Amino acid sequence: MNLEQLRGNLAYQGVLLGGTALLTTAALALAARATDADIHAAEALDMKQSFAVVLPGQYDNDLLKDTLQLNGPNGEVTVYRARRAGQVEALVYKVSGNGYAGVIDCIMGIDRSGHITGVRVIKHKETPGLGDKIEAAKNSWIFAFEGKSLGDPAADKWAVKKDGGVFDQFAGATITPRGVVKAVKGGLEFFEKNRAQLLDVSAPKEIKHE
Amino acid sequence: MSNIYSRISKESLWDNNIVFAQILGLCPTMAVTSSATNGLGMGLATTAVLLTSNMIISSIRNIVSEEVRIPVYIVIIATLVTLVDVSMNAWAHGLYKVLGLYIALIVANCAVLGRAEAFAAKNPVLPSGMDGLMMGLGFTFALTTIGAVREILGAGTLFADAHLLLGQAFSFMELKIIPNYKGFLLMILPPGGFLVLGFLIAGKRVIDRNRAQRAVVAATPDAEPVAS
Repeated sequence: MNLEQLRGNLAYQGVLLGGTALLTTAALALAARATDADIHAAEALDMKQSFAVVLPGQYDNDLLKDTLQLNGPNGEVTVYRARRAGQVEALVYKVSGNGYAGVIDCIMGIDRSGHITGVRVIKHKETPGLGDKIEAAKNSWIFAFEGKSLGDPAADKWAVKKDGGVFDQFAGATITPRGVVKAVKGGLEFFEKNRAQLLDVSAPKEIKHE
Repeated sequence: MSNIYSRISKESLWDNNIVFAQILGLCPTMAVTSSATNGLGMGLATTAVLLTSNMIISSIRNIVSEEVRIPVYIVIIATLVTLVDVSMNAWAHGLYKVLGLYIALIVANCAVLGRAEAFAAKNPVLPSGMDGLMMGLGFTFALTTIGAVREILGAGTLFADAHLLLGQAFSFMELKIIPNYKGFLLMILPPGGFLVLGFLIAGKRVIDRNRAQRAVVAATPDAEPVAS
């Protein structure tokens, strides 16, 4: 039987589709194995770079390995801990708020006294030109959080100016900064609530301090 | 033989350009062309898929039967797109963060399946590869042009962040066309894509018509202008 006749055969179609599926799956499996390590390395590097931005300073441990899973304001949160000489000096974790066009993901760094060392938006779908001023590359607004803590400004001032708070909103976009402020405040409250566990202390003087 | 290739190039790059003439693949076209760099990156990724998919499909064109050709082509194209996706994620991570969302859209780019059906399934491997390459470059040209117009009008820059795509050596391409420009938001938003595309298609038709008229005049050099 030549190819022409064979191609009309019913079984031929099944074999052809099966063969195609087998070969393409094999190609994908090989590619997944070949790129897996590089993708992980690239993602880890990404994380490290964003950590360095919200958490300036030198720490002597690998943040990616020193993690803690806790229940935060939006479900499970992975907390990365930065140590110096074994003591937790600062923490980095992700917080999310609701913006105008969906969830805004931020990472924030906070030192052991509860002061923010930095906040950056890592993912958002806000309107370009209006809401995207929350990006550090577009506007300096996000730097306003640095050095702030739960008592400074007072809890009811943790809002945009339109809501009686201290943080600026943008012309034409109030919902976006409101979402970010709320997310950061939630992050601070999360720190306050889990302080002892996060800072990995059980010494009496730390508990008194709380 | 060589004039087949020059015909394919001319067809693909201009006369039958995927975006400007066939008006295909508009989903990625609209989604990524908010800057020239994004258009260029998306265009090059699509070119890689078109080139390889055309060559693979052409080389198996005698084995694939009429009845199941579409699923076979789609599986091959989807695989190639995934390969581009993972390799970009691994080795061009900066660009992947910008374009990653859209790479998967290449599967839905009907131009890729269109070239497989219209050309690769009927022609030998080399002309099919040429067709894929040139169609891809035509697509890249279209996306980069739309992106450039939108970026200049919308943000006053050209090829911003080109170093993410092409490496640090190409940062000279990043131009600030209009200093202290406040931006024209409409151009960056989706309506700007449709507006720019419409004007560019109209522009192409004007150029084509002028060329056709000149060709007619050149073909009849003795003809007197007719007063009507």
